[in-house]
Amino acid sequence: MAPALIAVAFLILPLAGLVFRAPWGRLGPVLSGSDATQALELSLWTATAATLISLVIGVPLAWLLARVSFPGQRVLRALVTLPLVLPPVVGGVALLLAFGRTGFLGRYLDLWFGLTIPFTPVAVVMAETFVAMPFLIITVEGALRSADQGFEEAAATLGARRMTIFRRVTVPLIAPSLGAGAVLCWARALGEFGATITFAGSFPGRTETMPIAVYYALETDPDAAIALSLVLLFVSVVVLVSLRDRWLRGGSVP
Amino acid sequence: MTPGDGDGPVVDARQSLLADAEARRGLVVDAEVRRGDFTLTVGLAAAPGQVLGVLGPNGAGKSTLLSAVAGLTPVAAGRILLAGQVMDDAGSGAFVEASGRPVGFVFQNYRLFPHLTVADNVAFSPRARGMGKRAARAAAGRWLGRLGLAGLAGRKPGELSGGQAQRVALARALAGQPELLLLDEPLSALDAGTRLDVQAELKRHLAEFAGPCLLVTHDPLEALVLADRLLVLESGRIVQEGTPAHIARQPGTDYVAKLVGLNLYAGRADGSQVKLTGGGAFVVPDRGQHGDVLVAVRPSAVVVSSQRPLATSARNAWPARVAGLTLLSDRVRLDLEGQPPAVVDVTPAAVAELSLDPGSQVWLTVKATDLEVYAPADGPPG
Repeated sequence: MAPALIAVAFLILPLAGLVFRAPWGRLGPVLSGSDATQALELSLWTATAATLISLVIGVPLAWLLARVSFPGQRVLRALVTLPLVLPPVVGGVALLLAFGRTGFLGRYLDLWFGLTIPFTPVAVVMAETFVAMPFLIITVEGALRSADQGFEEAAATLGARRMTIFRRVTVPLIAPSLGAGAVLCWARALGEFGATITFAGSFPGRTETMPIAVYYALETDPDAAIALSLVLLFVSVVVLVSLRDRWLRGGSVP
Repeated sequence: MTPGDGDGPVVDARQSLLADAEARRGLVVDAEVRRGDFTLTVGLAAAPGQVLGVLGPNGAGKSTLLSAVAGLTPVAAGRILLAGQVMDDAGSGAFVEASGRPVGFVFQNYRLFPHLTVADNVAFSPRARGMGKRAARAAAGRWLGRLGLAGLAGRKPGELSGGQAQRVALARALAGQPELLLLDEPLSALDAGTRLDVQAELKRHLAEFAGPCLLVTHDPLEALVLADRLLVLESGRIVQEGTPAHIARQPGTDYVAKLVGLNLYAGRADGSQVKLTGGGAFVVPDRGQHGDVLVAVRPSAVVVSSQRPLATSARNAWPARVAGLTLLSDRVRLDLEGQPPAVVDVTPAAVAELSLDPGSQVWLTVKATDLEVYAPADGPPG
């Protein structure tokens, strides 16, 4: 009993302290400070972009992993989910080595197209996608695996081709998991710190996302740091509640 | 069995099947289908308008057969033709995808799309086959009306009763205007109460369907009522084929005999004498039969008495021991051990009069004219 209570206290008390210590009176002015607003805006749109990219390229990959068997599949699955356990800063270094101005890919982007990725908002989106997409992939892959393929067979006998089956049967059937995966992915992207600061740096207004802003504000303006943290905490709670709601409805899609 | 063994009968079947002009407009299957270690070898033909019932125990390969005909499992050898078109030919490598076959499939648990309304489920096939949204909806509406489902158009499959879901599944399969209908245990998901109603209705709709229909079931009653012709499948092979009445009277295997409730004995005939393989002998009407025969006996044709009958017209009498008693609505089924063993139906009153218990010694008699003697289907069954 006691260890459990210690665990509860350990998990809850710091967050309660955050709420308690928040400069409630000055919340408005602190958050409307230009840096904070910029960081919030940047975080919201980059996390959303990372989620959309993950949906567009991650869902087909999940389908491939769940439904098609090919040599090297297990290795591929392991590699794809590696960013889940990889320290994000390592991901940032790897991205830098690949897409940096002298990286093995970035060199040619610079040479042929004059494109420089590191330390731009694009780099923020890439770092977030790198770290967050596996959440979407494993959620959707699991759903595809457990989904009843009988419905897809039925659709085929009714004359539907592969794309039609995917669009009109598979996706609607896994919609709850797709939603949950997207929300998890978005939340992970929103909180991304290590890969982002390594690959994109922390230029206010360009690459300084909320978590990075919190980190720097803690040194200069602790009240602002707390206020920003509060915003992230609020977003997390909303995410949790929205997931809970999906899970409670148990798979039925309106 | 090696694939080579299967080729002989399959090739013979192919020639006789293809010679049949009627079959050429219907469905012809003459193929081997493999699923893991299991091999299904089957040669069959179903004419337009015919309901071909496929009866067999679980694991006999019934669903594998439907799956191959629908294009969900490719054949390993041989081919499948529908209305003269090659659907699958292992020899030439021709294969029409499931989505390209003019086939309507009613699955065992219906597989209605849970996220679509009844109307959208039925409109799915017309849509997928290229019809516009509005036209598909109109077509779905017509099918819903025809099957008496108009009032349910807006419902989700989760809100339907078993009988309604069955009708929606049929409407959905028919809405694609298939040339062939496949039914996998169409009534097995229904409770006994609604089953008879749905069965009668299904029979009516099947009669209206112009193409051939393949109906798979393990329920003999369903097969006897719905099918025009029956095919018995056991362990991946066809063991008997014929009209439902013929199969019910002269079962070819123990499995079928049990299904239709008959005692079945294999033996060798020599005129009026049949020596049974499992021990014992029967005197049968002499129709000049010789060699391997099957003898079928109705459980109600056997008379049970406590002592050896002295004066009787019955030609067959033998001792037996009661192994078990089961009460069936208005009679009692006795399981009897003897040479040969038998299942016999008597009245509850007879059980009381003869004071029958497990272990009781009795005498069984049966008239020679109550024995159905016939040659087994091609070769020894199984």
